[in-house]
Amino acid sequence: MTAVRVAQVLLTAFFFGLTFEGIGRKVTARIQKRYGPPWYQNFIDVFKTLTKHGWTHGWIFDFGVLMALGGVIATLSFVPLGNLVAFPGLDNFFVIVYLFTVGALGMAMGMVGTGNPWASIGVARALTLMLGYEVPYLIVITSMLYFYKTSNISNIIAAQGEIWNIFRFPIGALVAFISLQGMLGKEPFEAPIAPAEIASGPMVELSAKYMGLLMLMNTFMEFVEISLFVDFFLGGGTYFVFLLKYLVVWILAVMISAVLPRFRIEQAVAFYWTVPILLAFLQAFLVINGWVF
Amino acid sequence: MSKIDERSVWEKIADQLRSRSMWMLHYCTGCGAVELPPSMTSRFDMERLGMGPMATPRQADIFLITGYLSAKTLRRVIYTYEKMADPKYVIGFGSCTINGGIYYDSYSTINRLDYYIPVDLYIAGCMPRPEAILNAFNQLMEMIRKGEANGWKRYKENYEWYKQNQLRSLGEVIVHDEFHE
Repeated sequence: MTAVRVAQVLLTAFFFGLTFEGIGRKVTARIQKRYGPPWYQNFIDVFKTLTKHGWTHGWIFDFGVLMALGGVIATLSFVPLGNLVAFPGLDNFFVIVYLFTVGALGMAMGMVGTGNPWASIGVARALTLMLGYEVPYLIVITSMLYFYKTSNISNIIAAQGEIWNIFRFPIGALVAFISLQGMLGKEPFEAPIAPAEIASGPMVELSAKYMGLLMLMNTFMEFVEISLFVDFFLGGGTYFVFLLKYLVVWILAVMISAVLPRFRIEQAVAFYWTVPILLAFLQAFLVINGWVF
Repeated sequence: MSKIDERSVWEKIADQLRSRSMWMLHYCTGCGAVELPPSMTSRFDMERLGMGPMATPRQADIFLITGYLSAKTLRRVIYTYEKMADPKYVIGFGSCTINGGIYYDSYSTINRLDYYIPVDLYIAGCMPRPEAILNAFNQLMEMIRKGEANGWKRYKENYEWYKQNQLRSLGEVIVHDEFHE
């Protein structure tokens, strides 16, 4: 049964992840008064990249790409999608955070392995940005874990009941959403990718199937990040309710990113380490004193 | 049917996908580049055809030569073209890529692009308007589906001929590193 559930989680992330990305592109297009691509455009893009004839840049590159995709798939299989939990009892926040670094490091290693300086700059920026958003995010999440006295995500979903955490921890939810925008690499925190500035950063040397695998990895990564937000703050729910909440959060993030320009990397970190971190400390202070709705 | 036109069933399916998702290289050589922003943005919106700008030659499928090419630019164009992943398609914009246009007697520009790299489609005009460009993209999609856009195969098959032409015009194709030499 575990294998079936894992397959279900992965197929959900594949089909709905790519579909929601397509819907996101459509939303961006409508905001810019364009018609936009069809919702299945991202499926065509991924399968097209798999049909092209590309180049490798040495075994470290091959290994990095596989490690990135494999690491993210491993992370994804531990994330509860509402009440769909592939490994019941093991869906622990710390397990997910621990596994999440495997994918990120695989990507960093593979992309630096191409030898292209833009890739190194992109990876350096991604890691710097990570320093920025991880600190406020972790302060909020650990104060929540302290409040519920558990780090098991299913238990936190169950403990929320009727009152979602977004109402119990409104400041924390705001901080987590700002961090989510950075995790997704959406504007204004788009400096690691920056197509017109550093030629799409880490992806600069990716051709054909490597591009396709990294696009899939990116989709899965987004799925993990948004799923965690929905589980922690919006109360999870059944499979379809979960997907609906996911879609709302995703479209909100896309709409914000469609109207904003890009922070420079030092501006982004300076921003995260002033406003969100102070709000996160405030939330932690409230939680420790028991002032929670 | 010659050998170059033969496609397996898998290639036919792949060509359907390729025609619906063309990523173009954002490398503009001449004055035709000013016609691309209106084709990309809300007035003509090329993204509904699945097209979009990509940052590097590695990721791109189509290569737009937007106007005249000086000998210096041609070197970079050849480099970039050879870096793109197969299958790759080239569109020549305007009369400059067909016969030199108003620069036909210039000492430093080339007159005919497909002596140097294979061109799948030309757009006539000086410069072609976005309507013509969108029409050309539709035409190219049709050609890819039918398997007629096989410039990348021709380049492999006639590599000596192309290289000979390149060397005749440029002397050498190597791009020197101007900052470190």
